[in-house]
Amino acid sequence: MAINRRSFLKVSAAGGGGLLLGLYTQPKASAQGRGGPAPAPPDPHVYVKINRDNTVTIMAKNPEVGQGVKTMLPMLIAEELDVDWKSVKIEQTDFDDTKYATQFAGGSLATPQNWVPMRQVGAAGRALMIKAAAQTWTVPESECSTSAGKVLHKASNRSLTYGELADKAWAMPMPDLKTLKFKDPAEYTIIGKPQRQRELPAIVKGEPIFGIDVTVPGMLFAVYQKCPVFGGKVANANLDEIKQMPGVRQAFVIDRPDITEPVLPNDPGLESGIAILADTWWQAQSARKKLQVTWNEGPRANDSQSSAVFAQRAQELSTQKPHKTIRADGDAEANLGSAAKVVEAAYSYPFISHAPLEPQNCTAHVKDGKCEIWTNSQIPQGGRGLVAKALEVPERDVTLHMVRGGGGFGRRLTNDYMVEAAYIAKTAGVPVKLLWAREDDMTHDYYRPGGFQFLKAGVDGSGKVVAWRNHFVSYGSFDAQKGDVRFANAAAMGPTEFPQRFVPNYALHTSVMELGIRTGALRAPSSNAFAFVIQSFIDELAHAAGKDPVQFRLDLLAAGGPAPQAAPGPFAAPGLNAERMKGVVQLVAEKSDWGKGDLPKGRAKGVAFHFSHQGYFAEVAEVSVDAAKKVKVHKVWVAADVGSQIINPSGAENIVQGAIIDGMSELMHQEITVEKGRVVETNYNQHGMVRMAQAPPEIEVHFLKTDNPPTGLGEPSLPPILPAVANAIFTASGTRVRSLPISKSGFSWA
Amino acid sequence: MAYKLNVNGRSATVDASPDTPLLWVLRDVLNLHGTKYGCGIGQCGACTVQLGGRAVRSCQTPVSAVGNAAVLTVEGLSTDGTHPVQIAWQEIDVPQCGYCQAGQMMSAAALLARTPKPTDKDIDSAMNGNLCRCGTYLRIRQAIHKAAELATSASARTVQTAQNGSR
Repeated sequence: MAINRRSFLKVSAAGGGGLLLGLYTQPKASAQGRGGPAPAPPDPHVYVKINRDNTVTIMAKNPEVGQGVKTMLPMLIAEELDVDWKSVKIEQTDFDDTKYATQFAGGSLATPQNWVPMRQVGAAGRALMIKAAAQTWTVPESECSTSAGKVLHKASNRSLTYGELADKAWAMPMPDLKTLKFKDPAEYTIIGKPQRQRELPAIVKGEPIFGIDVTVPGMLFAVYQKCPVFGGKVANANLDEIKQMPGVRQAFVIDRPDITEPVLPNDPGLESGIAILADTWWQAQSARKKLQVTWNEGPRANDSQSSAVFAQRAQELSTQKPHKTIRADGDAEANLGSAAKVVEAAYSYPFISHAPLEPQNCTAHVKDGKCEIWTNSQIPQGGRGLVAKALEVPERDVTLHMVRGGGGFGRRLTNDYMVEAAYIAKTAGVPVKLLWAREDDMTHDYYRPGGFQFLKAGVDGSGKVVAWRNHFVSYGSFDAQKGDVRFANAAAMGPTEFPQRFVPNYALHTSVMELGIRTGALRAPSSNAFAFVIQSFIDELAHAAGKDPVQFRLDLLAAGGPAPQAAPGPFAAPGLNAERMKGVVQLVAEKSDWGKGDLPKGRAKGVAFHFSHQGYFAEVAEVSVDAAKKVKVHKVWVAADVGSQIINPSGAENIVQGAIIDGMSELMHQEITVEKGRVVETNYNQHGMVRMAQAPPEIEVHFLKTDNPPTGLGEPSLPPILPAVANAIFTASGTRVRSLPISKSGFSWA
Repeated sequence: MAYKLNVNGRSATVDASPDTPLLWVLRDVLNLHGTKYGCGIGQCGACTVQLGGRAVRSCQTPVSAVGNAAVLTVEGLSTDGTHPVQIAWQEIDVPQCGYCQAGQMMSAAALLARTPKPTDKDIDSAMNGNLCRCGTYLRIRQAIHKAAELATSASARTVQTAQNGSR
């Protein structure tokens, strides 16, 4: 089943956390709706191999891009299987939707989607071992117990290892999943204990484990030159000259829009371009530097497709009637008129690039109508569909091997590089490793959409927020006749975006601008920008009301009713639960000694919270700002509620600390500028990130365990840090920054 | 052009154009894939190797400029993953994606060779050329301190063993 990328557009009404759930669950849901295959059941035969020496091999099914899932999912199986973690070997699976349930990395969904089924795999395996042992000893199963890869019969002091039982156990019928009993968390020996990533030895020895390291006998190295303007086409190029360059074996133009027609308004499908294949990548890349191409740049290459024009146009739109009203509760206008204090502010944030450190690459071999691919895609299923379509072969003839990715951050949720590699390999007739240069990666991304928010809110005499109006100017298309707005990919705001439900008179309007570049999901999509705007503006309101920023937030959270129930169906995701958010705000205030003690002049703490991907995060940053606008983040405190269990505390802490640093990079360094439909920034010198000396020396991470199912943390941990630092900057310096990156307002790291 | 290189203590003759960056000679000619490509302009440090004991960006080092200087890559840090930085990186569970870590370790090993007991400031300064997109800096710093400890106690042990042996 091919993922239809139109599903990206089907924005869930849940807002915040619900947005991405829709994206990922849609393909499976529609497959079932069409009578397609149900998700593969949790079957130990598929995931677990018990070896003769009583070691256990556990299959890891999801793409590993640094989130630690290759260690984390097998931990769930091993715990309930009841084996010694040291006896476990982990193997990465291929992509195979007939054997494994969903195989993708995104939406912080690995934990919520696999918490039950992966433990069922382990528990079912353990049940089979007990059954086999009980039968061998002719004793009741109830008298048998397990420990570290053995079944024990204490009454007779007998034991058998899983290795000894495996043949018999694996031949028995599967137990009914409903009869399986999970361990009491108090008995856990693996889950909840810090476990090191299993690929550490390979990483520290520099073993060839990443996509870029894949080697296939006889392969050529490829570069692919595309038009700087999305959707542009090759008119002509000096290919004869290129073919004479050292090491170059082939050079050809690809222009087949007919087989991968645009599936999104801003998505050119398989982009037109020039493939150069050589004996080494450097030879291909050197030849590319001699390319002389005349492009038909197409309609996107016009002056209106420029960042400066977008900013100006957004300003104009903000003063006009909105294209659409997304939500209106009460009467915002009237209550703005009667509020004791009114604050009005315009916020903006730019396009940014994912820029994972490993540039996009893919190795492909097409032979006898079959295609073999080595990829670090975050959503291999989508890539398989795209490749099958481009190569005009059935999906079953496309084999995908999953290799480690050097970072993902959402970039590898689109498979443009995969279809390029496959099509180049097919055309060339030899195995091909396609590697994008960093410049390709930065200029042909699916960017985090920029946006503009024109806010006005009022507080009453007691400091309560009584009205909130937001005119959200984003990207997409506007059908004036129908009055309908279609947002560009990942550029939507839902009707339940905070503080909806917490402010009685709430209006959310939108207007959109046509966009010629591609946009997509970047770690904590929409939240990574919205949290900055909303939590900064809430801070402005707190100061206007003369209230402490933590207390003001707690009061605001107290103003909402209970969380709405999740709607049934594939988009199910409960909305923000105010009690859970209050819990983390209170915890972060306590841990950071909020409001206690005096800080020197120019040094202050800032606070923010955000709910996304079912995770509750509140963060405090202690920041100093000097007269030259040099900023130092001295310490960050994080309080998180992602449910009852942190599966791997070592990985969890690492990821959350990384999210803080990642968010600081977005705050200070990152902006993609568009000029006449092309992207200006090409490399890390123009789109930078935090370096070691700039990172906070200390990031304390506190998990508040609550009686809720475990959920993910890679994404929800990021959004609050941007406003937490920005709010601290305001308190420390008196300057309110309303536009990202803050370097454009003269700030830099100390 | 043929170049005779000394890579990880072994002599290797490679055929490459003079401007070929050492990075691509290591990766595509010598099949040493531990050294990574990230930016190609000396900004990210993923390609860091040691040249005559100094940490350099191999993407900015043409093969023609290498000469007789000893090239050390992550594969040459130890034969079995037991260099103090390799042990410390594992003990602290440093990496997320791991892509930058070979470069980080090569910079760290060069630092420790000249400054066996680095301060946080020494570390910040030596590691300034190595980006980590996942943001594992706190653990990298911790691991460098750990590696310094391991190296010191290892050399203390070596000294003691030598003294014991001389009796």
